[in-house]
Order: sequence, then structure tokens, then C-alpha cells
Amino acid sequence: MKAVFAILLLVLCAQSAAREAPSAAADPVLEERVIKLTSDLRCLVCQNQSLADSHADLAIDLKNQVRSQMQAGKSDAEIRDYMVARYGDFVLYDPPFKSSTLLLWAGPFALMLIGLAGLAVYLRSRRRRLPAAELTPSDRARAEALLRGGSGSEPQ
Amino acid sequence: MKRFLPLGIFLVLAVFLAAGLGLNPREVPSPLIDKAAPPFRLPQLQDPGKSLGTEDLKGKVWILNVWASWCVACLEEHPILVEFSKQNVLPIYGLNYKDTPEAALKWLGKHGNPYTLSMEDRDGRVGIDYGVYGVPETYVIDRNGIIRYKRIGPVTVQILEQKILPLVRQLQG
Repeated sequence: MKAVFAILLLVLCAQSAAREAPSAAADPVLEERVIKLTSDLRCLVCQNQSLADSHADLAIDLKNQVRSQMQAGKSDAEIRDYMVARYGDFVLYDPPFKSSTLLLWAGPFALMLIGLAGLAVYLRSRRRRLPAAELTPSDRARAEALLRGGSGSEPQ
Repeated sequence: MKRFLPLGIFLVLAVFLAAGLGLNPREVPSPLIDKAAPPFRLPQLQDPGKSLGTEDLKGKVWILNVWASWCVACLEEHPILVEFSKQNVLPIYGLNYKDTPEAALKWLGKHGNPYTLSMEDRDGRVGIDYGVYGVPETYVIDRNGIIRYKRIGPVTVQILEQKILPLVRQLQG
């Protein structure tokens, strides 16, 4: 009885496992392409995840869409355009450089330039504030004594 | 002068952060605005034998409202749509998104039906064409079949009165 039950359980498990991943097993090369492309696409429902990572309903639909378009022979660029036409540049984790994304791409460099300019101004003003160290004759005599190996008596 | 510098920096940061809090990251600008509404032909919810397509709606200003019986936020806007539909300003067509007809019809029976007609988009394919990602979504489409406005998330009275109605009046000329 126990054995029958165990076998039954095994069969049930095997069935459910077999139903889980039909698409991945079917064509590993295609699946790799799907994952590679969808890793660069944002899931709109859970915005900090890529389509590849997300298990949201829409993400699964869109992954299926990508897969079937690839099966139909579409190139990666064509599929990316398809997504952008519907969801905008926002779906791309690598958005194109254009006027609306200028701040996004150039902003960090602009901030760096501002920082560097600030640093230059600060260094220049500091140099002005601190007079260059000048040696008095007695300092010089002491330094020479030290260099000669003497003990360099305390001045005065 | 110098001692106020940190305060100044703090104020600038505070202004930026406050402005950032007011933004809604879910409101993604749609690339579909001012583009032709993606064509579709779908079975009608109430009468699956008949279909309805974008072709049939050329020449009128209409609203496309994406809804589903499983969508909680839809309940929020639903009474507003029901009220609005009674004014007969323009037809509201429903896109029943990834739903079953039984659940959808039951939902309409329970909460009221503001739609001139609803279409069934069971696999969500038309939804993808319209860039739907957060039901409910609402589109205003003009006489030439161009999308003029898109709202992601529930329509509020404020949005209806301040955004949608003025636009519809202008489009209806």
C-alpha cells in the first residue's frame, strides 16, 4: 500500500515538474537569446526588475511575446523597437542618447566638472591664504648642522 | 557668510527631494500619444459572436477604458465612469483585459456598466499593443483614430473634469 502510494506520489510530482518548463527545454539556444534580450528590458509592473527576472503576469506575457517573435525570425533590434513603440524608451535599461535623455547621460559628467572647478577654486584660494614657508638664517644654520650629522643645538 | 553655506546646501537638497517625492515613477510617458491607435478586432463581451474593431469607431471621439474584474483599482474609478456615462458625452468602450467572460459579466452586473460595449482581450495581446501595464488605463481617441490622451491608473473626478472633458469638447469641436 505504502509502495503504491509512493509511486503515485512520484508520478504526480513528475507530471507537475514536466508541465513547469516546456519552453526552456525546447530550444536552449533560443531561450538564451530570450534571456539575454529581456535582461536589458525593464519590467513596467515592478520597475526595478528586468523582464528576465520578473515573474509578474505582464512580464511573462512579454517574454512569451519576445520568444514567439524570435521564433518568427525577428532580430533583437526589431523586437527592441517593438517594445519601445509600446512602452517608450523607459523599457530600455540602456536608453538612447537624445535631447530628452541629455540630462541623464551628461548630468554625471556635468556634476564632475562642477566638482573639479570647485576643487580648483578652493586649492587656489588656499595657496593664497597660506604664505610660502621661508627659512630664517638661524633655521638654515640648524638644518645644515643636522645634515652634517650634528645634534643641531636649540636656537637660543 | 560661510556659516550659512551648509544651510544653503541643505535647502537646495530639500527642494530637490520634495520635488522628487511629488513625482510618480509609475507615470511613464506613453510613446503612443498623438499616434494612431493600434488597430484591433475583438469579440464583444456580451455577444462573443459579434466583433468590434477600431475601424468601426472611425469618425467618433471615443474613450477606451481597460478594465478587469480582478483589478482592484478599477473599482475606484468605476462609479465615476458609471456617472459619466449617464451624461452621454461620448461613447466609452471597455477593453476587458485578461479576464474570463463569466467573471467580467458578473462584475458589470454587480457594479454597473458604463460601457457602450466591452471587448474581450483574453490573452492581453491588444493590451500589449496599447502599452498597458497597470490596469485601469484610459485612452481618449479622436475622430481620425489618433490617441490624444492616456491615463494610467484610476480616473478621478478631477482628471475627468480638468483633463478629459476639456479635451473631448475640443476634439468634438
